[in-house]
Amino acid sequence: MVRDFNLKIDRGEIFGLLGPNGAGKTTLISMMCGLLTPTSGEIRISGIRFDSKRTEILKKIGVVPQEYALYPTLTAFENLEYFGSLYNLHGKDLKNRIEKGLEKVNLLDYQNRRIKDFSGGMKRRINLLTGILHKPEILFLDEPTVGVDIQSKDVIINILKGLNKQGTTIIYTSHHLSEAQHFCTQITIIDRGKILMEGTSDELIHSVQGANNLEEVFLELTGNQVRNDA
Amino acid sequence: MHKLLASIKKEIILLMRDWGGLGILFLMPSILLVTITLIQESTFQVVGEDVMPVVLVDDDQGDIGKTIQENIAKSGAIEIVTEWKNRPIDEKLARQLVSEGKYQIALVIPEGLSNKLDDRINTNVEKILKQFSMEESDSAKENISSITKDEISKIKIFFDPAAGSTFRNSVKNNIEKMLSKVETQKIYTIFEDQMGIRTDKNLLEGNAIEFDEIIAQKGEDGILPNAVQHNVPAWILFGIFFIVVPLGINIVKEKNLGTFIRIRTSPVSYATIISGKIITYLIICLIQFALMLLIARFVFPLLGLIPFKPGSHLFEMLIVVIFSAFAAIGLGILIGTVCKTQEQSAPFGAIFTIILAALGGIWVPVFVMPEVMQKLSVISPMNWGISAFYDIILRNGNLGDISKELLLLILFFAVTFLLSLWINKRNNLI
Repeated sequence: MVRDFNLKIDRGEIFGLLGPNGAGKTTLISMMCGLLTPTSGEIRISGIRFDSKRTEILKKIGVVPQEYALYPTLTAFENLEYFGSLYNLHGKDLKNRIEKGLEKVNLLDYQNRRIKDFSGGMKRRINLLTGILHKPEILFLDEPTVGVDIQSKDVIINILKGLNKQGTTIIYTSHHLSEAQHFCTQITIIDRGKILMEGTSDELIHSVQGANNLEEVFLELTGNQVRNDA
Repeated sequence: MHKLLASIKKEIILLMRDWGGLGILFLMPSILLVTITLIQESTFQVVGEDVMPVVLVDDDQGDIGKTIQENIAKSGAIEIVTEWKNRPIDEKLARQLVSEGKYQIALVIPEGLSNKLDDRINTNVEKILKQFSMEESDSAKENISSITKDEISKIKIFFDPAAGSTFRNSVKNNIEKMLSKVETQKIYTIFEDQMGIRTDKNLLEGNAIEFDEIIAQKGEDGILPNAVQHNVPAWILFGIFFIVVPLGINIVKEKNLGTFIRIRTSPVSYATIISGKIITYLIICLIQFALMLLIARFVFPLLGLIPFKPGSHLFEMLIVVIFSAFAAIGLGILIGTVCKTQEQSAPFGAIFTIILAALGGIWVPVFVMPEVMQKLSVISPMNWGISAFYDIILRNGNLGDISKELLLLILFFAVTFLLSLWINKRNNLI
């Protein structure tokens, strides 16, 4: 549950939403990308309220869910073609975007292979590519590097950095705190639906006495106790 | 439009790569159509056309046994068996052979049946003639026998326990008819003997009252009903409704894979996504319909079955298929919406379809069901579909005649679809 929550994310940021299990990260992201409707309060994206111009907002955003949101029996190309077409991309433009994207994630040679035959890292990369094919203004990522090898992780982070340089605002959740520390330009740590601390990673580290990295800040704020929340 | 076409393309590719789903959609209804029609046709032949062996134990050795054998030989449908392994069959062995399933029927004519029957008929004829004062003989009075109906030994018919009641009744009726003929012949003969006259031998041939069998259809170009005309529309409908299984699985899978999340966060309406599924499965139903018609038209004759010819009713049949497909799609969407896992949706969809089929008169015609089931059958959309098919094919009806069934089918789609929408809205899924 998320309550008494005020959050403003500036255009062009790489915004890290961090918190232990059950903190409310997925709920918050789900509300921001229109999957859940807040019982009270409102969410504005580029100044537009979700409930007033839903389709308008959905055109601007991209979502990369934590699960591999792909059809296992479709090939990489077919998945990208289908999801790309939902953003009105078609014909040569769509084909070019798919091929360029596949090249970026080093999977061009695998475009006609079915997703069910891909490794975890390959699926993760296609999962990311599906969410950015339409060049969104704002990209939501829920644990985009979970369960992948270092090489795949690097590819993903580099692509995200490249997108951000081109102006895409990135909103991202992760349990990889060192990754967040180096990747994010702005971080908010939340727990039990409330904001505990926000700022750049340096600001957060300096604000906690004796902390040398984000992990120590995180533990100081959220405690050492093991969480059983979903 | 572009998004809709992409959705249809995606659904078709997903189906083409699902061998199990394709089997459910095309192979299973085709196999069912052929096997059930063959079984029903052969069952019918066992009772009506093929030669059936019947064990006869004639302990009477009189006129009755002889007449029964003559009549049976004339019919050509029954072969009389009196020996088993070169040994004459007695009552005990006959019973054993039938109970072991070696034969389905055994007839045992008890000793002295002909004589007792003769005595009884003689007595009755004498009584009648006396009442008409046509005979005044003292000897007749003396000879009036006291043999009553109960004293005449009964013919025993042993039936195989596995023989169904319909089969038993059919055989029993035929034997009763034969015995009644024997009795009538005897009465005539005794009357002739008593009165000292001889009538034409052909007098008793055939029935005095006969009937004309007329199929009450509208117009002149209707199709004569047979097992094929009943089975083809029935199994076309069953195949159509079985799409609830792959469609339900498709929707559940989409929810569980996370692809539905991606779709919901894309600028595409639920109407476009669901229309993609509706159109795809409608196309599947039309392909099923064409496949079943082709099988019934061209494969049936190769298997010794009568080919199915829709005649001038193809357009009306197509309309029934489209409306039934909508009803099935609505149900599939509802099942996919309500169920949370494939393990729930697959068996639930399959069993529910079989229940609807049984209730709707696909397996057994509604008119032979118990009264309660007949009343319940009207709630099955498959009953509306099959009624519409029968009205068109067998009763030579037109679209006006099936408007009620078509309305019910499309209402069923509307209700199930709206219910799915409501559930999705309530669960914040659309």
